[in-house]
Amino acid sequence: MCLAIPGKIVNFAEDGRLATVEVVGVRRKVDLGLLQEDMPKLNDWVLIHVGFAMSKISEADALEQMRTLALLGESEQAMQEVRGYGLEEE
Amino acid sequence: MKFVDEFRDADLIKKTAEEIRRLAGTTRHYRFMEVCGGHTHAIYRFGLKDILPENIELIHGPGCPVCVLPMGRIDDGLALAADDHVIFAAFGDMMRVPGTHGSPLEYKARGTDVRIVYSPSDALKLARINPDRHVMFFAIGFETTAPSTALTIMRARAEGIHNFSVFCNHVTIIPAIRAILDSPDMRLDAFIGPGHVSTVIGCRPYEWIAKDERKPIVVSGFEPLDILQAIVMILRQMRAGEAKVENQYKRVVPWEGNRAALRAMGEVFQLRPYFEWRGLGFISQSALRIRDSYAEWDAEQRFQVPGVRVTDPKAAQCGEVLKGVLKPVQCKLFGKECTPEHPLGALMVSSEGSCAAYFNYEHRKAMATSLSRSA
Ligand code: SF4
Repeated sequence: MCLAIPGKIVNFAEDGRLATVEVVGVRRKVDLGLLQEDMPKLNDWVLIHVGFAMSKISEADALEQMRTLALLGESEQAMQEVRGYGLEEE
Repeated sequence: MKFVDEFRDADLIKKTAEEIRRLAGTTRHYRFMEVCGGHTHAIYRFGLKDILPENIELIHGPGCPVCVLPMGRIDDGLALAADDHVIFAAFGDMMRVPGTHGSPLEYKARGTDVRIVYSPSDALKLARINPDRHVMFFAIGFETTAPSTALTIMRARAEGIHNFSVFCNHVTIIPAIRAILDSPDMRLDAFIGPGHVSTVIGCRPYEWIAKDERKPIVVSGFEPLDILQAIVMILRQMRAGEAKVENQYKRVVPWEGNRAALRAMGEVFQLRPYFEWRGLGFISQSALRIRDSYAEWDAEQRFQVPGVRVTDPKAAQCGEVLKGVLKPVQCKLFGKECTPEHPLGALMVSSEGSCAAYFNYEHRKAMATSLSRSA
């Protein structure tokens, strides 16, 4: 739960509230409500926590974060979490 | 330094470790607390203990939301779920945490409708697709997670979803640090500040630790190099006789925090006068409750909560371990009655709890060595 997972913004929903992110090939919707003051653009990377984009990060840091999760033995759990975000049908 | 070679910055890590040795010298002992459970997990997994000189001791702090939740709160939440009408939704981390009559997972096995969600908005979605049921989201977490719960509650109101409520156990990190500093058996030299909590609250709320308590605090990322660099920054401050708040994790943590997140929290939550923390006791203004203006989405205002209070089993020393007074192995139950497979305390459940981290990395390693020796 305290994991932060990096994802790349590949699409915005119409109301600007949700965006589709890609996390190692898996696409999921995340909520942008916490980045209203500093909205990401297409292809920006964000850190995702419990289904909400929490902060913007650089691509290099995003890749490093994925490596850290792998080293921590938590990338499987992270992917399970990403797959679990049930927001896609909205 | 056997772990070092698998890291990308292996050379830089070795150099930083040498710098730490040089700065730390040999004449005194240092006690630094890493506040965040994510750091605890990383420190064990990366074997940073083997990299650091012996006179630097890392004390594990209270920053694991699962670990600091008193058992009574779990009992309370599960008591509300006894109603067939209710769906109990919680993060996966909560599922194996023992309550008096079992964990949420064991309740599920006995027929309670318990669901794992990965996001509070998933719980809201459950309410949307189950209009004839009531979905209660059992919310835990520090300031990293609280804003997402807040936005979800705001959304429930905006969309007029009335079969949804939150059983709020959100806690705040600053009062916990204060309680630890006030505790007489605790002597600390400095803090490694939490990374993700700080993306929300920023670095200012730590200023009193430097100013009034004269202790350095360095907000740190979670990679091995981040943590080692934070330790260098702390040692440099101490050498210079300074105590400041510094930000090692600038690439993610803005000094001012995240205003949108703070606004959402302010809109939905207010401070509770006091809240019980496992191991730390009652701490004033250390947790969040839902404001009366959102009472309809507050499980505690909507339902009759039993208000269970349970003391932990006598032999379990979760409190002392949580405060950093005892090491996990010093608990009499560690590795015997209490293991990750059969956890008695929450510190053994979460991967961020120090008992589980210690068991998974140090204890298993030690067992493997003694097995291969005896073979
Ligand atoms: S070993 Fe178990 S009972 Fe002892 S402190 Fe750790 S979690 Fe608590």
